[in-house]
Formats: sequence, structure tokens, C-alpha cells
Amino acid sequence: MTAAAGLAVDSAAKPPAFWVPFLKDAVLAALVAVLLALPLVGLQTYDIGGGALGIRTHFDWVAIGGAAVFAGRLALRVLQQLYRTRPTGRARVLTSIAAWGNRQALPITLLGIGFAVALPFLPFSSRYLIDLGTTVLIYVMLGWGLNVVVGLAGLLDLGYVAFYAVGAYTFGLLARDLDFTFWEALPFSGLVAASFGVVLGFPVLRLRGDYLAIVTLGFGEIIRIVLLNWAPVTGGPNGIGGIPRPSFFGLHFARSAPEGVATFHQFFGLEFSPDHRVIFLYFVILAMALLTNAFTLRIRQLPIGRAWEALREDEVACRALGINPTTVKLSAFAIGAMFGGFAGCFFATRQGFISPESFTFIESATILAIVVLGGMGSQLGVVLAAVLLVSLPEFGRAFAEFRMLIFGAAMVGVMVWRPRGLIAHREPTLRLGSSR
Amino acid sequence: MAYFLQQLINGLTLGSIYGLIAIGYTMVYGIIGMINFAHGEIYMIGAFISIIAFLVLGLAGITYVPLALAIVLLITMLFTSIYGWAVERIAYRPLRGSFRLAPLISAIGMSIFLQNYVQIFQGARGKPMPPVVQGGFTVFESGGFAVRLSYLQLFIMLLTLALMIGFTTLIAVTPLGRAQRACEQDMRMAALLGVDVDRVISLTFVMGAALAAVAGLMVTLYYGVVDFFIGFLAGVKAFTAAVLGGVGSLPGAMLGGILIGLIEAFWSGYFSVEYKDVSVFVVLILVLVFCPTGLLGRPEVEKV
Repeated sequence: MTAAAGLAVDSAAKPPAFWVPFLKDAVLAALVAVLLALPLVGLQTYDIGGGALGIRTHFDWVAIGGAAVFAGRLALRVLQQLYRTRPTGRARVLTSIAAWGNRQALPITLLGIGFAVALPFLPFSSRYLIDLGTTVLIYVMLGWGLNVVVGLAGLLDLGYVAFYAVGAYTFGLLARDLDFTFWEALPFSGLVAASFGVVLGFPVLRLRGDYLAIVTLGFGEIIRIVLLNWAPVTGGPNGIGGIPRPSFFGLHFARSAPEGVATFHQFFGLEFSPDHRVIFLYFVILAMALLTNAFTLRIRQLPIGRAWEALREDEVACRALGINPTTVKLSAFAIGAMFGGFAGCFFATRQGFISPESFTFIESATILAIVVLGGMGSQLGVVLAAVLLVSLPEFGRAFAEFRMLIFGAAMVGVMVWRPRGLIAHREPTLRLGSSR
Repeated sequence: MAYFLQQLINGLTLGSIYGLIAIGYTMVYGIIGMINFAHGEIYMIGAFISIIAFLVLGLAGITYVPLALAIVLLITMLFTSIYGWAVERIAYRPLRGSFRLAPLISAIGMSIFLQNYVQIFQGARGKPMPPVVQGGFTVFESGGFAVRLSYLQLFIMLLTLALMIGFTTLIAVTPLGRAQRACEQDMRMAALLGVDVDRVISLTFVMGAALAAVAGLMVTLYYGVVDFFIGFLAGVKAFTAAVLGGVGSLPGAMLGGILIGLIEAFWSGYFSVEYKDVSVFVVLILVLVFCPTGLLGRPEVEKV
């Protein structure tokens, strides 16, 4: 009611009837919401045994939903009215935060890296926390890899998980059949994934943006179906197990090593602890992710990186200026795929077991959500989104259940509200002269 | 020969379903140039609503099959169209004129949202549906192999045919169809000449959703089981059908749908069931690479 009073004062010149359209609008929205919810929320099907279904009614949920939509819509309209009368918009606040983040990029980055390095040694850290950190970092690395493709080059890739899978399976197969270790297989994983990127990209990169998205989605599914059905090589749905863990310069993380091989704790004269391996894995992925980031930041300064960004902004102009769009896109695609492959290799060694189930479309969508929510092209945004997305389900079962629901809604919301991403402050890396 | 005929019948049935979904893709693409990625989810919602409607009718004691089918058809189309309308209003309309990938990303978000929404409120398990339309007849028999055409398959094909005829008439003759074709050609010009563009786009989504709802009802009857994930694959396949027929062309979408249905049926009949989805994706990639305008589409000119 305070908002209502403030509103009345602000727009005293208007006739008092200006409330009516707001109310009408909110009532309509609530009505639509009730109609939407009536069949799917209000009538819930459940098994009653014997392959038959029964129906439970939940009209109270429908009523709650309708009331919530009514209140939300009304609040939205009132807020819109308020912001129209006052010059400072909500978007300006976020933009200034993003701009501040841009100016303070170095301190923020250093602080973040410092925290990430210190995390395993902080007093409150636990094995669980480090494990969670490792998962977050895998997604950060995947997000940064996909950011090259989506954020910099502006190519929407819905099948990124295919390259992740290729990297993981490359290591899995090399380890199973040729006894490769993690460090020996790592370059091959990246290489094979990049080659897949080139092979896929070469024919399809001439397509327009949205066609490309669907084709990459199809490619991701093809890879998954082949992994699932080519049982003699990939193990089919059973996957590949017994993938070796990484070693620290030849030192193994085990209580006792086979003859002639040193273990980590013996070499350094430490008490054996299974946490050593977990912490080591954490640092490996941290280093890999930071390398990805450093590589991306550097390549943005090179002609190829600038060509990516130019191509994203205007393809026709680029062609007119003599940039070959296919080659430039292909390089972005291959480099993105390579990072996906590296991350896949790490995933395989961390899990020790891989199966096609880990590489579904939902995974691609999650990685894309990280890039989109963080702000396409923003490195820091990817980190924030990854932390949020991965740690949200850890706060309880309710969150885990609603995680994808929330992120679907958030993707729509971000696109509607700030299409460039939450904290994106997208300036071209290079600018001719001064802008003003 | 008999086996071939049987696969032909199965493929045509499947193709009718894909064709109905593909019309939604092709119309939306024709008018606002975006891939409505959530359209597969609309179809899935249609399937769920039809199952729920059947259950409610069963509880209400309406067991006369043709009557029940008609009522369920209407209810499903009605409620699913509201979903189609709401999706456009919430996720796409505010993005008109935004950068090119924004509507697509928003559509992917919508698709994830709808999938999880149905999963949360209706459960992740497959929903079984007892057969409603039973029986059939033998078309042809040779060498101990009988080619069967079930009444359900006949119903699906005839209903698709009827909808296609009705729909083509709607687009060709009515004022709404004329306005829609005008918007497809030049939205700004249509707006200047007094066409309510927002309304036309909304109605396009509503029509697409209604047809997808029919497809959802058909698949419920045909397979007898529905889960929250069916929209994804069916959506991709129907999109492939739309591309194959030529995006923007209504007869093309139907033709593409039937071709995709036939490809899938023959592939699983003669090669391998495991790779039947791969066959569709391969067709999609080949068509896009070698013949992006599809069979009945118009070439697209990129303007600066």
C-alpha cells in the first residue's frame, strides 16, 4: 500500500482511473495462469498399479499460482510505472556494476584466483567442498571453452557436449587399449576433439546462425547414440571403467604402489591421506581452467580473435573487408572443441568411469546456460554462473529438483531483460581512436 | 513386398504426426524467422493434456469412443493453444528486434522450463494409456505375412488429411490467412496497411500449438505411453521435416513430415533400430548443407 500511495502522489496529474488498466491486466494474467495450470498442475496423474493411472486434484496449487501471478504482474506494472517517473532505471544499476567490474578487473581476478588457490587449505574446507570446487571448475573450463565459440565468434553451439564426450572417450580408449596415462593422453584428447570440430564445422559453418545451432545439436546426439550403440569399442551403455588416475610427475596417489613406483606420500614423507588425490585433482583442473582463460584473453588481442568478434557483429561487413568467414569460424569452433576435449579428458580421469549418460543434451544446455547467464563473452560472468548453477542443488533436495526449472526460466528472463547477459559489459576489444 | 507395404503404412502414420508438428515450425519460421525450439515441448504438453482429458472423461463416465475422442481432441487443442500463446507472449514477443540468437536462446530456456515443469508436476515416469481405438483389417496377404492397417492408423491419416485441407483453406481464403501471408512477406508494410501484426503472430503460435496438440493426442493413442522427454526428439525430427520440405512452406512441411516418417520406418525396418534417430539427423545435416532451401522452399536473399 505504500507503493500505491507513492504512486498516487507521483502522478497526481493523471485521472484516478489509471489503476484500472493495471488491475485488469493483472486479472487477465492470473486468468491465463489458472487456465495454463488447470490441466497440468491441477490434475496430477499417478500410478495406481497394473499399468493404470489415477488422478489427484491439486486445485489449491492452481489457486496459489494464480494469486502469485496476479500479485507479480501487478507489482511489475507498478514498478514499471515508478521507473518511468524516475530516471534511474534498473538496467543502469547492473550496467554500472558491470562497468565497475570491468575497471576493477585485475583486483577481482587476483582475488578470485587467490581464493581458488587457497581453498583447499582454508580451515573450513573439507573433502566435500573440494570435490564441489572441482566440479565447478570443470564447468568453468567448459564455459570458457564454449565462450570462445558462442561469446566471441557468435556461433550458437548446442552440441558442445559432443566434444567433451570425444575428449573423455579418447582418454578412456587410449587408457584401456594402449595403457596411456592421463598426462600422455591429454594432448591427444584435445587434438581429437579439435579434429572432430573441424570435420563437423567444415561443411556446416556456412549455415546461418540458427541452422547451425540445430545441426550442432544433431551432431551431439549422433555422437551420443554412436557411443551408446557401438558396444564392441565404446562399451555401449556400460561405458568404460577403470580409467587411471593422474600422477604427480610419476608419483602415484595410493596407499601402496606397485614395485618400483613411488607414491606421493612416501616421496614427500607425509602421512597417507586419500585427500591428497582430491586436492591434486582440484589443482589440475584449476590450472587447466586458468590456462584456458589466459589463452582466450591473449587470443582476443590477436588478429584471429579480433576477426571472431568482428564476425559476430557483422558478417557481411567482414566478408567485404576480406575476412574469410569459414576459416575464421572454423578456427573458433576447433579451439572451443579442443578445450572441451581437455575438460573431457579430465572428467574421465576424475570419475574413473565414463558412459554415454554423462553426455546428454541437458549437459550441453547447462553449459550454454552458464555462458548465456554469465554474459556472452564475459569471462568473469562464466565463473559466477558456474558457481551458482553447480552449487545450487547442493543446498537441498528442493533446489536440486527445481534447478533446471529455475535455469530454464532464468535463460528466458535474462534474454528478455538483458539479452547480452547479466553482467556483460561488452565493449569491442579494439577500438579505433577515442570513442567520443 | 508385404513387409515393404507394412513399413509404408507405419511410415505414413508416423509421418502424419511429424508433419502436423512441422507445420508449427514452418509457420513460425515463415512469419518471424525464428526456430521455435519450444514447439516440441508444446507437443509433449498436448500429449499430457490428452491423457489427462481421457482420464477425466473416464471418471465422468463417457465411454462411447467417438464422442470421447472428439471431446478430448477439442479440450487438448484448446488448452495446448493457450500454452502456445503464452510462450510467444512471455518468451518471444519482448525479443522482437533483439539480436539474432536471442529468441533462439530464450526458446531453449523455455523448452528446458516446460520439460521440467511437466516433470515436477506430473512425475518423471512414463504415463501408460490403455488402447482406445482397437481393431483393424488386413489389406493384403502374401507368403504368410499379413499387412495390417489398424483403425487407429487410418484415423490418424484421415484426421491429418482433414486438418491439412481445413488449414490450407484457412490460410488461402479467410481474412486471417490473408493477413498472415501479408505479414510473412513484409511485416512492416502489413502493419502500415492496418494489419495487427502482434495479433497475427499470436494466432500463428496458437494455430501451430493446436496442430501440435493433435499430434500429441495421436502419439498418445498410437504408442500408448507418454513421458516428459518425448518433445525433444519429436521436435528435432519435425524441425528436420520442416527444413526438408522447405522452411516457410506449408505443403513442404507436410511432405517433409511424411518423408521423415518413411525414412525412419524403412531405416528401422531394413537397417537397424538403434540408429534410426541417427538417420534423421544425417538427413538434416545433408539437407542443410546441400540444399538449404529444401524441396518446396524459396531461396533466401540476405539483405544488408
